[in-house]
Amino acid sequence: MRIPCPLCGTRDRREFYYYGSEDYLKRPSDQGMVEDLDNHLFLRDNPAGVMRDVWYHEAGCGAWMVVTRNTISHEVLGSELVAKQKEA
Amino acid sequence: MRYSGLKVITEGLFGNKGWGPAWRNPTPKAEYDAIIIGGGGHGLSTAYYLAKNHGLTNIAVLEKGYLGSGNIGRNTTIVRANYYMPGNSEFYSHSLKLWEGLEAELNYNVMHSQRGQLILAHSDGQRDTLARRGNAMINQGDDAELWTLDQVKDFAPYLDFAQTRFPIYGGLMHKRGGTARHDAVAWGYARGADRRGVDLIQNCEVTGIDIENGVVRGVQTTRGAIRAKKVGMVVAGRSSQVAAMAGMRLPIESHVLQAFVTEGLKPIIDSVISFGMGHFYISQSDKGGLVFGGDLDFYSSYAARGNLPMVEHVMEAAMTLMPMIGRAKVLRSWGGIMDMTPDGSPVIDKTHVEGLFVDAGWNYGGFKAAPASGWCMAHLMATGESHEVARRFRLDRFRSGHVIDEEATGSQHNLH
Repeated sequence: MRIPCPLCGTRDRREFYYYGSEDYLKRPSDQGMVEDLDNHLFLRDNPAGVMRDVWYHEAGCGAWMVVTRNTISHEVLGSELVAKQKEA
Repeated sequence: MRYSGLKVITEGLFGNKGWGPAWRNPTPKAEYDAIIIGGGGHGLSTAYYLAKNHGLTNIAVLEKGYLGSGNIGRNTTIVRANYYMPGNSEFYSHSLKLWEGLEAELNYNVMHSQRGQLILAHSDGQRDTLARRGNAMINQGDDAELWTLDQVKDFAPYLDFAQTRFPIYGGLMHKRGGTARHDAVAWGYARGADRRGVDLIQNCEVTGIDIENGVVRGVQTTRGAIRAKKVGMVVAGRSSQVAAMAGMRLPIESHVLQAFVTEGLKPIIDSVISFGMGHFYISQSDKGGLVFGGDLDFYSSYAARGNLPMVEHVMEAAMTLMPMIGRAKVLRSWGGIMDMTPDGSPVIDKTHVEGLFVDAGWNYGGFKAAPASGWCMAHLMATGESHEVARRFRLDRFRSGHVIDEEATGSQHNLH
């Protein structure tokens, strides 16, 4: 499995640190309920099939990206920068 | 049919014509007192102990494939009780005691071999941590010995003691630890449950869980609807998907863990050895193959096969620990799907639905837990109360903060 970095191109998986489901990016408000934090921290998406998850190009350009891939076939379908998502 | 040495001899004399199937192949009834979803090690042992300890025999195990087709047949077969944290310590201690009587209990040879498990220390700090863990094990009533470097050298002279990167300082020996034949555990429990009247239904996938007014009523399956007063979800590898049928989200990320076996070799490694620095563990099967594994691939996966970077990492760890292994040829590798919880400890608990129970989140330690997991899940399903050695395996412990962080690496996803 190789990960397509939007800045560096397709790179070895070992250059990336894995953060799990993109739920990681959807942090609830600090004023929110305990249930919201529980959902955010622990009860994340865990699909068997197409998944969007967060990878950090630790040993490369340092970019954060959301990768779309299939957890059953390990097929990688695309990636986009987290920064770009936030702008949109 | 009861198995015995005499039976083997008489069958051998008369052409082995008297052996029957080890279990029936029943068609599902319309209703059961209890249903276990998942015919793996934990599901089968849950059914067995429900029948044996609690007298419930009108029960069924529903398995979407064949019995023992999941992680019970895909692991590195290590059995041990060397946990530190309260919650884990008493549970695995109970499990090891069940292992020690398992063959007599099941009348089935699970080839449980208490050949000892040695964890190596590679720094003063690591040795102190092992000493502390050993004390916790002794306090729990289990065995532990803190070994010096010379003791390790006597025991396993083939380790690389000359290297400077990860020098060996000593180790923690757990003599009651060891291995077992993994498939036989599933088969033994299956046969035992079947003999007590449990229906083991294979090729029967659960497609829905029927819930009315917050009470479970039964399940929908590929072989029709089946009613039940109690349903237990024991489906490591697909826990999130089955729980979703009951409208639940579980604190689980599914990851792939790889394992490897070499060609058969003459006896060389006569215990289980864990390399403290590289997350590498190795034993030798009775057939002669070196069975070893390492860490997760570290990305969500349901593929039951891993990628090459972790293969390389495990081989490097093996070569660092025992350079002689470089001469052995790897025969096969495989991957299993691990239910990873944020703190690395499992869940055996009720759910928000009355009559629906969950046994999940076994991370990479489910094999040795199979007897006690079934024992405690059966207790929970029969009595409605958590068993005393499993009462900390709560589903809501992450929200409440009562985590059991055995590795001390933190209690969030992606750290274990």
